[in-house]
Amino acid sequence: MLLWIPLLPFIGFLVNTSGGRRLSKTAAGAVASGAMFVAFLASVISVRALVLLPAEERELTQRIFTWIGSADFQVPLGLRLDPLSAVMILVVTGIGFLIHLYSTAYMVEEEPREYARYFAYLNLFAAFMLLLVLGENFLVLFVGWEGVGLCSYLLIGFWYKNRLAADAGKKAFIVNRIGDVAFILGVLLAFTQLGSVNFKELNGLIAGFRPEETFGVVSAIALLLFIGATGKSAQIPLYIWLPDAMEGPTPVSALIHAATMVTAGVYLIGRNAVIFAHAPEVLTIVAVIGTATALWAGAIGMVQNDIKRVLAYSTVSQLGYMFMAMGVGAYAAGIFHLLTHAFFKALLFLGSGAVIHALSGEQDLRHMGGLKKELPITYWTFLVGALAIAGVPGLAGFFSKDEILYRTFAAGHPLLWTVGAITSLMTAFYMFRLVFLAFHGERRTDAEAVARGAASRLPATHEQHHDADNSHPPHASHLHDAPRAMATPLVVLAIGSVLAGYLNVPAALGGSAFLEHFLEPSLQVPAVEGMHGAAEHASYSLEMALMIVSSLIAVAGIGIAAFLYLKRPAIPEAMAARFPGAYQFLVNKGYIDEAYDAVVVQPIKSLSEHVLWKADATVIDGAVNGMGQIVAESGALLRQMHTGSLRLYAVSVLFGAVMIVGYYLWS
Amino acid sequence: MAFNLILFYLFAAIAVGTTLLVVVQSNPVHSVLLLIGSFIGLAGLYVLLEAPFVAVIQIIVYAGAIMVLFLFVVMLLNAPREAIVRSSMLESGATRAVGALLALAFAAELAWALTRSRTLAMSHAGDTPAFSVPQIGQRIFQEYAFAFEATSILILVAMVGAITLAGRHLSKNDQGHNG
Amino acid sequence: MADLNHYLILSGLLFTIGTAGVLLRRNVITVLLSIEVMLNAVNLTFIAFGRFLGSSDGQIIVFFVITVAAAEAAVGLALVIALFRHVETLNPDAFRQLRG
Repeated sequence: MLLWIPLLPFIGFLVNTSGGRRLSKTAAGAVASGAMFVAFLASVISVRALVLLPAEERELTQRIFTWIGSADFQVPLGLRLDPLSAVMILVVTGIGFLIHLYSTAYMVEEEPREYARYFAYLNLFAAFMLLLVLGENFLVLFVGWEGVGLCSYLLIGFWYKNRLAADAGKKAFIVNRIGDVAFILGVLLAFTQLGSVNFKELNGLIAGFRPEETFGVVSAIALLLFIGATGKSAQIPLYIWLPDAMEGPTPVSALIHAATMVTAGVYLIGRNAVIFAHAPEVLTIVAVIGTATALWAGAIGMVQNDIKRVLAYSTVSQLGYMFMAMGVGAYAAGIFHLLTHAFFKALLFLGSGAVIHALSGEQDLRHMGGLKKELPITYWTFLVGALAIAGVPGLAGFFSKDEILYRTFAAGHPLLWTVGAITSLMTAFYMFRLVFLAFHGERRTDAEAVARGAASRLPATHEQHHDADNSHPPHASHLHDAPRAMATPLVVLAIGSVLAGYLNVPAALGGSAFLEHFLEPSLQVPAVEGMHGAAEHASYSLEMALMIVSSLIAVAGIGIAAFLYLKRPAIPEAMAARFPGAYQFLVNKGYIDEAYDAVVVQPIKSLSEHVLWKADATVIDGAVNGMGQIVAESGALLRQMHTGSLRLYAVSVLFGAVMIVGYYLWS
Repeated sequence: MAFNLILFYLFAAIAVGTTLLVVVQSNPVHSVLLLIGSFIGLAGLYVLLEAPFVAVIQIIVYAGAIMVLFLFVVMLLNAPREAIVRSSMLESGATRAVGALLALAFAAELAWALTRSRTLAMSHAGDTPAFSVPQIGQRIFQEYAFAFEATSILILVAMVGAITLAGRHLSKNDQGHNG
Repeated sequence: MADLNHYLILSGLLFTIGTAGVLLRRNVITVLLSIEVMLNAVNLTFIAFGRFLGSSDGQIIVFFVITVAAAEAAVGLALVIALFRHVETLNPDAFRQLRG
C-alpha cells in the first residue's frame, strides 16, 4: 500500500509524458490531479492504519526490492511510514492536490503540449517528494532529494525560452548541488563510521552514545547534513536561488518553494533528530543560522516591490524559524510550523497568482491597489493567510510561531528569542504592507505601461510577454476574480490556515498538544540531563506571557504597516530618501548575488577558460594531433623505400635472405 | 660405382652449362630451349638419385607444358631482343660493388654451410628400395592429402587469375584493343 | 661415388645462377625463366636429401613444387601479357608506377 503513494503520481507523470501530445488539456489536468487525489486517499488510508496501532509501535514498513546488495551492505528500496512521515505525506498529497487543481485553471492558456509537460513535471515532483519523506534509509531519501531538485529545475525553467527563467532554473539546481556534496559526504561518513544508512538502525545506534562534547563523528555527520539542508531549504549561505526561482509559474512557487521541497531540509533534521541531539555544537550552529536567515530575509522582504519576491523572502524567513526551532531542540515545534506554513504560504502564493493573473502579468506592487473590490474571494482568503503568517491569535501561524519562540526562550536563548521577535514584527509588517499596497487604496497603474504591457522596472515576467504576444487588450479581459478551479483551493487553504493550528494547542492554553505527542516516537528525543533539549517543566505563566507579547508584536506590525501605507503613504518614500544607503542595500538584496558572482563564479569561469581550456587545447589536442603528425611524418620517411624498381626489391629480398642465413649459421 | 660418378658429372655439366647459357642469352627463345636442355640434365640426375617418377614428371610437366607456355608467350609478344643499355642507375659503380659483395657473401655462406655439415654416405642400393609409383601415390593421398587438395585449389586460383589478368575485357567502346 | 655434398654444391651453383639471372637480366621473360631455374635447384636439393635420408618425402614435395611452379609461371606470364599491352617493352625497369 505504501508504494502506491509515490507510485500514483509517477504513473501520472508517465501518462502525461508519453501521451501528452494527444491528450486534451482537460484530460492531462485530470490525470495529474486525479493521481494526486488518489495518492491523498492512499495516504489517508495508510495514516489511519498507522494511527490504529499503539503509539510505541507506530511504524509501517514496506520493502520493495533489494537495491544494493553486496556482502553485508544491504540497502533495500524501502518505505517506512511513521508519525513524522505521516504528517509529511498528508501535507504533500493534500496541498499538492489543491495546487494541481489550481494549476488546471492557471495554466490554461498554455499550448496542450506545454500543459501536459507542466503536469508531468508536477506529478514527477510529487512522486519524488513522497519518496523522499517515505524513504527508510538515506539512499532512498537521496533519490527523492535529487529528484525534487531536478523537478525544481525543470519547473522553474518551465518557460525555458525566457532567459531569466532558464538561468534561474540553473542557479537553483547548481546551488542545490553544492549543498548536496555536503549531504553525500555526511551519508558516507555515517556509513563508514557507523556502518549503516538506515534511519532506524542509526537512531538506535546513536541513542546509546553520550552527547558529544567536542566535535566528533556524530557532529561531523550532523553538520554535513545540515549544510545539505541549507541548500535545499534556502538558508544562509545557500538561499540565493529561491528568490530567483520566482520566475517559474506561481503554482510551482506555491508547491515547491513554499509547502514541500524547501521543507525537505527541515524534514531531514527531524528525521535525524537523534543524531542532531547528540551534537550540541551543531545544534547551536543550526539555531544561529536559522535565526540569522530569518532576520536577514525579513529585512530584505520589507522593501521588495515584486509581490512574489516578498513572498519568497518571507518563505526563506519562515524556514529560518523552523531551523531555529530545530536548533534549540524543539523538533516538534519546527515540524508544526512546517505544517502551518505549508497552508498559509501556499495560500498566499496562490492568491498572488490570482492577482497576477487578473492583472495580466503585473507583479509590481507599486502598480497595484484597490483590488479588494474587484477580487473579493482572492482578497478575503489572502487576508486570512496574511493574518495567519503574522501570528494573529486564533489562526494557525500564531500557535506554531509562538511555540517556537516560547521554546527558544525556555531553552535559555534570550538573544535568539529577541531576534525572533523582531523578525515577527517584520513579518507582520511586510505582509500587511503587501496586503495594503495590493488590495487597498486606489489603483496606481502606470498608464503607458499598461498600453505597452511591459512597464514595471522589474524583469518582465512570462505572463507579460505572453499577453504582449497575444496582444490581449490589457487588463480588460482578465480582471475577474479567480475561477472556480482556482478559488476552491484558496478557500480550502484558508480554512486550513485557521484550523491547522488547533492540532497542537499547548497545554498552557488547555490543549492536548496533540501533534507533539503524535510525533514523539519519530523524533525520539528523550529529555536527558545535560542535553540541548527544550526544558519540559517551564511554567505555564511564562508561556502565557510570551504569547501575549507575540500577539502584541503581530498587531503592532499590522498597525505600523497600516499607518505607513494607508494613512500616510508619503512617509515610506521619504524614509527611503532619508536613508538611501540602507535602502539601496536592502532593495538589492545586500549585494549577495554580486558578491558570490565575484568571489565564486568569476574565478571558476576564468580558471576554466584561461587555464583549463588552454591546457585542453594545447596538451590534449596537441598530443592527439601530434600522434597523427608522427605517423604521417614517419610514413613519409619510410615511403622513400618504395622506389618502384622491381630489381631493387629483388635485391633487398636477397639481402634479407643472406642476413638470415648468416644469422642461423653463426649461432 | 665409378660409373655413377661419371654419369653424375656428365649430367651436372649439362645442367650447369645450359643454365649458364639460359641466363646469358639475349634471345628469349634461345633461353627457353636451353632451359629445356637443363631440365634433361636434371632429369638424368633424378634418375641417378633413384627417383625415376619425378624425372619423368619433370620432363612431361616442366619441359613439356611450362616451357611450351613460355614459348607461346614469347612468340605472342614478339619480344624484341634485349638491348644492352648501360645507363640505368642500377649499373652504377656503387651498385655493382654492393651486388658483388652480396654475391660473395652468399657464396661464402653456402660454402661454409656445406663444409661444416656432416656428410651422409649414400646408402647402398640394396638397403633402400626405390620407391615405386604406387607407394608414392599412397603417401600423397594419405599423409599429404591436405597438401594435395590445397594445391588443386591453388591451380584453380591460378587459372582464374591468369584468365582475368590476361584476358581482354571487351566493352562496347573497347573494340580496337591491342593484344 | 657421388655423395650428398656433390649434389648440394651443384644445387647451390644452379641456385646462384638463377639468382643472378633474376637480378641482372632486363627482360621480364628471362627473369621468370631464372625463377624456374631457382626452383629446379631446390627440387634437386629435395630429391638428394630424400634419397640420402631414405624417405620418399623428398619426391612428394618435389611433386608439389613442380605443380606450384607451373601455377606461378602461368600467372606470371599472364601478368607480363597484361603489362605488355600497356607499355610495349619487357624491361622491368620500365615499371616504376609503384614508386612512393
